[in-house]
Formats: sequence, C-alpha cells, structure tokens
Amino acid sequence: MDVFSDPTNIDTYVTGFLWILKLTAAATVCALVLGVILAAMRVSPIPVLRGFGTAWVMIFRNTPLTLIIFFCYFGLYSALGVTLSEDLVLNNFWLGVVGLSVYTAAFVCEAIRSGINTVPAGQAEAARAVGMSFLQTLTIIILPQAGRAVIAPLGSIFIALAKNATIVGTIGLMEASSAMKDLINANGDAVIPIFLVFAGTFAAFLIPTGYLFGWLANRLAVKR
Amino acid sequence: MSGNTDAVLYDHPGPRAKMRSLVLTVVFGLAVVGLLWWIYRKFDEKGQWAAPLWRPFLESSTWTDYILPGLWSTISAAAVAMLLSLVFGLVFAVGRLSDHRWISIPAGVVVEFFRAVPLLLMIFFIFYGIPFLTEEPMPPFWAVVAGLTLYNGSVLAEAFRAGIRAVPRGQSEAGYAIGMLKSQVMQEILVPQAARAMLPVIVSQLVVLVKDTALGYIIGYTELLQNGVNTLGANFGNIVAAAMVAAVIYILLNASLTYVAGVLERRTRRTGRAPRVRAAVVATDGGRVAEPQG
Repeated sequence: MDVFSDPTNIDTYVTGFLWILKLTAAATVCALVLGVILAAMRVSPIPVLRGFGTAWVMIFRNTPLTLIIFFCYFGLYSALGVTLSEDLVLNNFWLGVVGLSVYTAAFVCEAIRSGINTVPAGQAEAARAVGMSFLQTLTIIILPQAGRAVIAPLGSIFIALAKNATIVGTIGLMEASSAMKDLINANGDAVIPIFLVFAGTFAAFLIPTGYLFGWLANRLAVKR
Repeated sequence: MSGNTDAVLYDHPGPRAKMRSLVLTVVFGLAVVGLLWWIYRKFDEKGQWAAPLWRPFLESSTWTDYILPGLWSTISAAAVAMLLSLVFGLVFAVGRLSDHRWISIPAGVVVEFFRAVPLLLMIFFIFYGIPFLTEEPMPPFWAVVAGLTLYNGSVLAEAFRAGIRAVPRGQSEAGYAIGMLKSQVMQEILVPQAARAMLPVIVSQLVVLVKDTALGYIIGYTELLQNGVNTLGANFGNIVAAAMVAAVIYILLNASLTYVAGVLERRTRRTGRAPRVRAAVVATDGGRVAEPQG
C-alpha cells in the first residue's frame, strides 16, 4: 500500500470523497423538496399541475444522468451563460447539484406517489368528512403516513444518488472516481489496491446505510 | 392493500370548487406558459434557435453519419450487457440461495459489493486499471459491457432471489414429494415460475441499461451521447440542439420500453398463475430500477 503513504495521494482520496459527500448532501435536500412538491402536483385536482408533474417524471426519468449533467455544463453554463458561482470549481459543483437534483426528484416523486397509494382510502375520506381541504388532507393526513411507507425505496434512491454523484466528474469536478482514475494512471503498479480502497470506501458507507434504511423502514412502518 | 388513495384525495367539485379549480388552472397554466416562454427567450437571446444550428437534423447524412451509428452502439452495448447480466443474475441468485455456506456467502459478498460500487468507478477500473495488469488495451465497448454486467447482474440477482423466494412453498414441497432433487426443484419448478413473474422487472432493467450506456461517453465509447451530441455538436457548433435531439431519442426509446414492461406486468397479473413477487422486488434498488407504476 505504498500509494497511500504519499500525503498528496491521501489528499486526492479525501478530497474526492468529500466532494461526493457534499454533492450527495446538497442534492438529497433539493431532490427531496422538489420530489415532494412534484408528487403533490401529480395528485392535485388541477390538471395543469398534474400534467407538469407527469411531464417532469417522463422527461428526467428516461434521460441518462450523464446527458443531464452534460447539458448542465455545455447547455446551461457554456451556451446559455447560467453561472451559479464566481468560483469555477464551485460553479461545476452547483451545476452538478442541479443535474443530480432534477434527475433524482423524478424518482422521489414516483416513490412518494406509490406511498400515497399505500394509505387506506378511508384516511382521506375521513379527512374530507371533517371538512379538510385538499392541501390539508395531503399535508396533515396522507403525506406523513405515505412518507413512513416509502422509507425503504427513498433509502435506495439516495444510495443511488451517492453513487451517481461520481458522474459529476464528467464536468471536471475531482470527485472520487476521477481521483481514482488519476491515481491509477500515475501508479500502474498498484492498480488493485487503489481500486479496492476506493470501491471499499463506497461499500463500507453504502452497504450499512442500506441496512439502516431497512431497519428504519421496519421500525417506522405504520402498523395496520 | 387499499383502493386508490389518490382518487379520493378531494371531493367531486361543487360549483365553488369548480370555480376555484378554473381560477387555479388559469393561474398555473399561465405560470407554466411563462416558464416555457422564459426558457424560449433565454435560448433566443443566445441565438440557440438560429436555423443553421437545427438544419443539420434535416439532412440524412447527419443521421447516418452520427446519430444512427451512435444509437446502434448504445443499443448493442445494452443488449449484450442485458444477456450477460441475465446469466450473471441467475447464477448468483441461485448461488446465494444455496444450502452450502461456501457457495452462498461468497455469492452474497459479490452481489452486495457490486451493488454498492458506483458503475463509473467500476468502468474506470476496467478501462484504465485492467490494461496495466494485462498489458493490453481494453476496448471501450467491453469496458462498458463488463461494468454494466457486473452492476446490473447483481441488481437482477437480488430481484431473482426475491422472485424465487416468493414462489409459494407448496410448489417446492410438491417437487420434493414426488422425489425431485434440490437442483431439479430449482431448475424445473422455481426458476421458470420466478422468471415469468420477473419479466416486467427484466424489461424495466433494460431502461436502466440503456441509460447507463451513456457512461461510455466518459471513456470514449462512440455511443449516442459521444457520437450524436459531442462529435456532432463539435462539427456543427450546435451542442445544445444536438443534446436535445439525443434526449428525445432516449426518452422515446425508454418510454416505449417502460410501456412494454407495463403491458407484460398486466398480462402476468391477468393470467394469475405467476406468483405475486412484484412487491418484494420493488425495494431492491429504487433509484435505478424503474419504480413501480402507481
């Protein structure tokens, strides 16, 4: 493991995973907020909003994330001049967050919508019977129960998001996979240890996270 | 399971609610139109609607030289990877269900590992790392296919395992009762029934595969994104237009695959002979397996 005794290499490794962590954290928040709003749109009584939600899911779920990130850089930034930060690296970071968020929000929306279907119809009927409006029914009665039903699928979505964050490397952010590529190219004699360290780090974080979400889902499931 | 909750979230509108709906429809309709108009203006300001940028798409040479060869590479990589991941998935699903610990534990470790490692990291290792070991260059096609196979094979292995375990116990008990061996029960009773019920999942996984071939762009595999957007865009200076055309192709391709998956699912459900395993599978990898439809 000579490669990892060199402090610059350690630095590359740590910086790479810090970017993944930041991308995942920022995109998780944005995707969750956006996804819930989209899900609310898709079940709302207003046809325009339903159509908007459906179109969003249709477009972003069926487009490769690589193309979305590519478009964020070459389309939004280069061609249209959308600048999210003066700092070049931070600008790439935020463009990556935008790409990851709009993509993941489509999956969050679908997960929450399927969660809404697990809430018995009687709950919504009772809410309406006591005179609640659509928004009250949704936010006070339905979403809290639906949220507890979709913890496992949401967990898988956010784990996938953490892995997808590597794709932001395409637009020049030195995240973990680009860091590994550079280390491999500079240290051809230590290819296997380098791969095992990087892949192992992902596995060490994501496999327990998967089990954590499974445990949470069981614990928080609405007992019916 | 209950009825469809989203159908009872709001009352049948009376006169006041109808009025309010109408007002909101107009307001939000205008907001959406405004948003689209803003995007249109933004593109217009930068001259992205200029005819020279879009004219190449009316010429057949653009399609035959760039887009169609790219699309073909995308589809062939996805198809080869699908076949290989089906084999991989089946082998490791059966391996993980084995009664022998020395088979089931390694199979489980392999599946969990490849599911947790980002596909791009895997492809980078195969494309940049393996050549150092074999001293031979790695063709981008095989780097993409190998990465896709390991990842999607592991996802399918989990799906198959859930499917096999969801076959009613009586099926395998009946098999043993007439004197079948464990391997015979697996091959002739469990796998065929699970595979049939898994057909919609397999087709939805194809959508994931088609999308993930776009990662090939990063290592220079000449698929749709590389050929139809990057190269084409560089030649005609219309990268935004090319990206939008490519996106439409991806969306059409994947939406039709999703539609086929939906039809297959309704058919399996209607005949009612296949075990109901769909629900067990849903949770395997929500982010990348297409989510269940409503």
